[in-house]
This record gives sequence, structure tokens and C-alpha cells, in this order.
Amino acid sequence: MSRLIGEPLPRVDAPLKVTGRATYAAEHRLPDLAHAVIISAAVGKGRILEIDSRRALGEPGVLAVISHLNTARLPYRPHKGWIDPTVGERLHVLQDDFVRHWGQPVAVVVAETLEQAEHASHLVGIRYEAEAPSFTVPDGESIEPQGGYPANYSRGDADQALATAEHRVDCTYLIPRENHNPIEPHATIAQWDGQRLTVWDKTQFPTNVAEELAAVFGLERANVHLICPFVGGAFGTSLRTWPHTTLAALAARHVGRPVKLVLTRKQMYFGTGYRPETWQRVRLGAHSTGELTALKHEGIAETSRYEHYIEGLLNAPRFMYSCPHVTTSYRLVPQDVHTPTYMRAPGAASGMFALECAMDELAHELRIDPVELRLRNEPKIDESRNVPFSSRSLVQCLRTGAERIRWHRRRAEPGALREGHWLVGLGVASATYHTLRNTASARVRLRPDGTAVIETAAADMGPGTYTSLTQIACDELGLPPEKVQVVIGDSNLPRVPPHGGSQTLSSVGSAVLAACLAARSARQERAHSGAIAGSEIVATETSQPGDATKRYSMHAFGAVFAEVMVDVDLGIVRLAHMVGVYAAGRIVNPRLAHSQAIGGMVGGVGMALLEETHIDRRDGRITNANLAEYLVPTNADIPVFDAVFLDEHDPHVNPLGVKGIGELSYVGVAAAIANAVFNATGKRIRDLPITLEKLL
Amino acid sequence: MDSATTSQVQLTVNGKPVTLELDTRTSLLDMLREHLGLTGTKKGCNQGACGACTVLVNNRSVNACLTLAAMCQGASVTTIEGISENGRLHPLQEAFIRHDAMQCGYCTPGQIMSGIACIQAGETYSAHAVREFMSGNLCRCGAYQNIVAAVLEVAEQAGGRR
Repeated sequence: MSRLIGEPLPRVDAPLKVTGRATYAAEHRLPDLAHAVIISAAVGKGRILEIDSRRALGEPGVLAVISHLNTARLPYRPHKGWIDPTVGERLHVLQDDFVRHWGQPVAVVVAETLEQAEHASHLVGIRYEAEAPSFTVPDGESIEPQGGYPANYSRGDADQALATAEHRVDCTYLIPRENHNPIEPHATIAQWDGQRLTVWDKTQFPTNVAEELAAVFGLERANVHLICPFVGGAFGTSLRTWPHTTLAALAARHVGRPVKLVLTRKQMYFGTGYRPETWQRVRLGAHSTGELTALKHEGIAETSRYEHYIEGLLNAPRFMYSCPHVTTSYRLVPQDVHTPTYMRAPGAASGMFALECAMDELAHELRIDPVELRLRNEPKIDESRNVPFSSRSLVQCLRTGAERIRWHRRRAEPGALREGHWLVGLGVASATYHTLRNTASARVRLRPDGTAVIETAAADMGPGTYTSLTQIACDELGLPPEKVQVVIGDSNLPRVPPHGGSQTLSSVGSAVLAACLAARSARQERAHSGAIAGSEIVATETSQPGDATKRYSMHAFGAVFAEVMVDVDLGIVRLAHMVGVYAAGRIVNPRLAHSQAIGGMVGGVGMALLEETHIDRRDGRITNANLAEYLVPTNADIPVFDAVFLDEHDPHVNPLGVKGIGELSYVGVAAAIANAVFNATGKRIRDLPITLEKLL
Repeated sequence: MDSATTSQVQLTVNGKPVTLELDTRTSLLDMLREHLGLTGTKKGCNQGACGACTVLVNNRSVNACLTLAAMCQGASVTTIEGISENGRLHPLQEAFIRHDAMQCGYCTPGQIMSGIACIQAGETYSAHAVREFMSGNLCRCGAYQNIVAAVLEVAEQAGGRR
């Protein structure tokens, strides 16, 4: 049988998705289900003085109005999932009268029907003592983040090298807050059976939901069961278990019935994380021949007052290019907001926007082609760690992309290319994302009828976990896809890392590979021993990374090329074309990988041209908490993109040789577009998104 | 409003007659999802901004979240569950699989219903026309170019048969 890894197998769950039979979190049917609606705080900071539930409780069908006034104190045992900030403590919901941010849940209305619960939620009278919340990024009092990414890094003496550099650029970049906005809202159905709790909850991290709820309610971990077979997009927002999941369980316990709670689109801006607003200053020093002599990159990001969310904002600048003198410094400014969280390509998307725009500014200053400038600064090793890269194909990505977009058309002088009313510009940016792998387990059942079941607590928010795990199992077990069933999205299955950070295939894929190998040898043993066939063979294996990460620097690389058209009079930016070239190790399924890559590029277009969460700084209200005013790319915004994967073999990253592409394909897009806009117009837009008023 | 009132709604859903006693505040979307168990039609924003709830009412595409069930008295409603015939997928469903015009799958039913409306409306004379017509259906995973390819392919096949 031919091998399936590397083949464009159609998405195995596509028939369920195109017929509407894939069931998402809010779609599990239970008898006697009640509906819960959250009431969100209408002040940005302060205290609750009064909650008057009388009118709401007088409405037909209303079962309860739950607030800190009438609910028990919850145990809230200490619990930190892999994805929770190291410093700080999660929001304890309905436990006191404090309001820490606009939109914080302050009460929950439960009723027989959704209509009754929604209507009654407007009848609850809440009086607050409001204080003025503060929003001071980037100038406010900052702190040095602890617990992960270094606050300060340096090699050589960047200040001295900058002072003596032949050429310098010094630029400041602003990226606003962005919200994930998956099309499926967060939703939870909770059902109690004595001390046992079952939840159908939207999540990228099934086991963590069970662990967090066990901690919050003081339950045995084994008594909490999470089920989530399908995730309607997430991009990071469903990694943590947020307060609404607790509220659904609390409401179900309060009314003694199963309860469904779905966040409104508006509420998704108030409690399920976001990419933090950042301020970055990049200073580069270089010889006139283009070699970097100094790099100083500072970043400041917002976080909440109760948790320090940190991300790898300044990781890439330390190894991306060869440079003897490098300093990075990373600070957080706590504000009266809810805690930010990982959003597709966390840290890298923001940090690389600044670095790659600065490289373009340097290229212009030096009159060196931007592709050539990057080639001249290609490092031989990871200079931040003095270890080799496990593989690095950035040069090939840049060369391939330049060819495919016909880079030779580009003029160094901005505004030189014009088609009628449109100025045409070409821009480039490099991309990178680190290759993660963590301990994961999987179970394989070989059934007597010749079929196999793969079980693991992974998730599939869209990249195609079901399909790629099927392909791996088929190859190892010698079975066709119709004889392999992948079961994921269940906290009772073998434990895996969160479905984020582009690590699912590297971690879970490796575990499935190991479990299949074990099952196969058990099958062979049984055949040799002449034991009676007929019973199921079960093999569970755990796969963990070795010490290769100590010896190698592991990252995926890519190059993004954008061609934009800018209306001469109106400043409208249209994408004419975009090419993404990626070197991400082995590509298990080119069809799905292509979808994921063009999807990342579309996300990057949003970051570049459209997305911005507006906060009214007087009270903390988010003024565009909806999909009509928070703009995301629509079909009409997106032409046909070209995503290319280079052949890259990396024996060090993991047994499958995969690096992940979900995050990588998002990185660099905003910079490539910003650089193309400069090439078209001569205007440097250093604060995203690049809207037309900034170009007029 | 102090208390809800109900009304009887009679309509046809996917060819089957349905009679329901509904809260007058119930949207067509919540009627489908919560009362009929037809969860293939998705709730994305409940504000008419994302298109995930697109269904056909009397053969025209509408946002089910902005349509009250009580407005559909006597109407014929078609959802994603009603476009396959005898277990055979609709050509656009097949094309969506072929072109991998989805990732997470949550916007997919709405995209397919809008795609059917797009083809019926004849707005398929160019990729640009399809992109414009389909721009009421957001896909946050970014499958747009594959969605356009699927709609154009089915439109061409349909045109060829005429």
C-alpha cells in the first residue's frame, strides 16, 4: 500500500462539516436543559452596591438570578494549566463585589428558555460604585515580567555599537489589541450527577477543562468529564478555561438541571482573551554593505492587574539575523482589563512585524534590496544560544518567493510603479516560529474486525488533526483510511499538550506513531505465539522530547511577499497578490497544509489592514465589540494567495520531522504588507492597522 | 414587556410540515437549533454580521438570526440538512470537500447555503462577482479562495448542463 503521509487526503471529517452533522459545544441535546445568560459589568472598575432581581424573578420561566449575593464561596484550589500565566491568580467569578474590568460577569440568569433568560437579564437592576479605570500602555508604570520569556537579554554592547554604526534606523511601532473572533462563540453545557460533572465546552485543551473545573469546585479530577469533538475556530481563545465555563457549571448546580450557556459575540471581547496592545522600538545599526552591527529591540505590552500574561514578543530578534551586539527588553503595563492570552502566532506576529518593518527601513536607507539585505545577514548558527539550527531554509524561502512574485518588477524608489489610478508596491518579510514538542500520549485499539481506533485527548480547531492522525495511523498499521477512526476531544482520553503553538502534530503525532508501533508489534507477537485471535489489541504509548532541544535551535522559517495597490486619491489598500513560502519540515497533508497556510495569511491581512479593538478609555467599554465594527477580512478582501512548502528534512525536531505551520503562516504578513504599502506610496505606517486615513 | 406571549407557527422545513407553539421572540435560528434540533445552521454573531446562520426561506437566502420564526408563517425553509437527496450530497457540498473549502467547519453550512443562492442568482460570471456575493459570510479560518473555487466549479457544471 502506498504511504499516506505526504498525500493530499481529503479532510476525513469534511462530510460531517458540509452536512451540518459535526456537533459543536452548544449542540449537544439533553432533556430538561435550562438556559443561562451572563450579565456583564457596566463599569470598568468599582464595586457592586446592589443587585435587584425581583423583576427578573417575576418573569415566567425564570429559575434563578445568581450573583455573589446568593452563591456559595467556591474552593478555587490552586491550579495552573500549561497555558495559564505563571504570575498571578485567575479571576474568581461571582465571589465578591469587586469589578476589575468592563464586562466582568457579575450575575447569571437561568430560565426555561433562551428568550426568557435573555429578556430577564435586562430586568436585573445593578447599582455600582464606579471608579475610573486606567489604561496607560505604553507610558504607565511598567514591570519586568517573570516566569518565562526574559525581561532583559543582551550580547555584546548594542548601545556602543549603535553609537558608532555607519548607518542607523530608529523606529517605533504600535499594534492595537486584537480579538480572535472565531465564528463559533464560546459555549458550555454543564450537567451534574451528584459530585460528577460533565461539560460540553468549546476548548483547545480538553484535559485542562476537567482539571480547572475540578480545582474550582473542589472535585476529584476523575469526576469531571469534558467532551468537545469539534471546535469552530479558536486561534488561542479556547486554550484557557475562562470564567463562563465555571458559571455554566455553577448555574447547573444552582438550579439542579443541565444548563447551556453561550457567550454573546459582545461578551467574547470581555472575557476570553485577546492579543495584547504593544509598543515596540527597534534600533538597528549596520555597515553600508548591509551587515547588521547592532540591534536593540524594546517591547511593552498590556496585561491585567491580576495576571501577568507574557509571550515571546522578542524571541525572534535574538536569533533571526547575524548580529554581534543585541539587546532586547520586554515590559508589561498592568491595566484595568481582563487578561490577554495567546492569539495565533503569539509574540512572534507582533515582534516580527516590528523587526521586519525595521529591516525594510534599513534596506531603504542603505539602498540595498530588502531580499538581499536579509540574505547578507543570514546567520550560520543561532547566535543567541551558540547552537546550530536543526534546519533553517530561510534563504531558499526568500529566493523561491522572489521568483514566484516576480520580485524583479519592484522598483527601489517608492511610487514608481503605477497602474491607472493605483500605485503598486511590493514588500517582503521573513517569518519564523519556534518548533514546540511536549509529552503526549495516545492509545491504539486494533479490533478483531480489522479496523483500528486511535484515542487521544487532542483537539481539532480546523487544521485537520483528525485527518493527519488518520494518515499517520494508516501508514504505521497498514490500513486504509476508512478502517481507521480517530477519537479526540475528550478529557478521559490519554493526555496531550494544548492544541496550540503549532505543536499538535509534533507532539500528538509522535505519540500516535509510537502507539501504532507498539500495537503492531503486539499484533506480531500474538501471531508468532499462535495465541487465539479475536480479542482487541490495545496499546498506549507516551512520547516525549529528548535532549535534542539542548543541542539544536528549532524553528520553522518562511518568507512572505505582498503586492498591494493603493488608490492614489483615496488611500484604499487592495491586495493584488501574496506569496508565502514555508520551510516547515515534513508536510503530512499538502491539501490541508495549503488551507492552513492561506488561512494564516488571511489572518495576517486582518492584522495589517483591518483589526483593532477600540477601548473607550473613560470607562473601559469596548466600543466595537461586534463583527460589524471589528473588521475581519471578508471574501471580497482576499485574492488567490500562493502558499508553497519547500522540501525540508529535519531529523532532529521529532520522529515525524514536522514543524507546524499554523502560527508560522500568520507571521510576517503584516510587515510584508506594510513594506509593500511603503514601496507603493513612500509612506511608512508604523501603527496598525493600515487604514486609509493614515495614507491620506 | 412584562411577559412573553406565544403564537402557533406553521411552516415547511426541508420539505416537512412543522407546527410549533413558539415564544414570539424566538428567531428562526433559535427555532431551528433549539426547538427542531437542526443544529447544522450556526449561530456566530446573532446580529446579522457573520452569515453563519444563512438558510433559504422561499428559496431566498436570509440570516436566520435576524428573522423571527413568527414571520415565517406558511414559508418553506431549507437548511443545510435539507439539501442532500437520498443520502447523496448536493454538488456544492461535494465541491466543498474537493476544494477543502473549510477548516473548522463552523461557517461551512452558511457558506454552502449562500453559495447555492449565489449560483441561483447567477452571480457567478466572475471570481470577483462570487467574492462580492459571498462577502456576507465570514470565514475566520480564511478558506475564502477555496470557497470561491468550489462555487465557481459548481456554477460551471450547472451551466454546462443547461
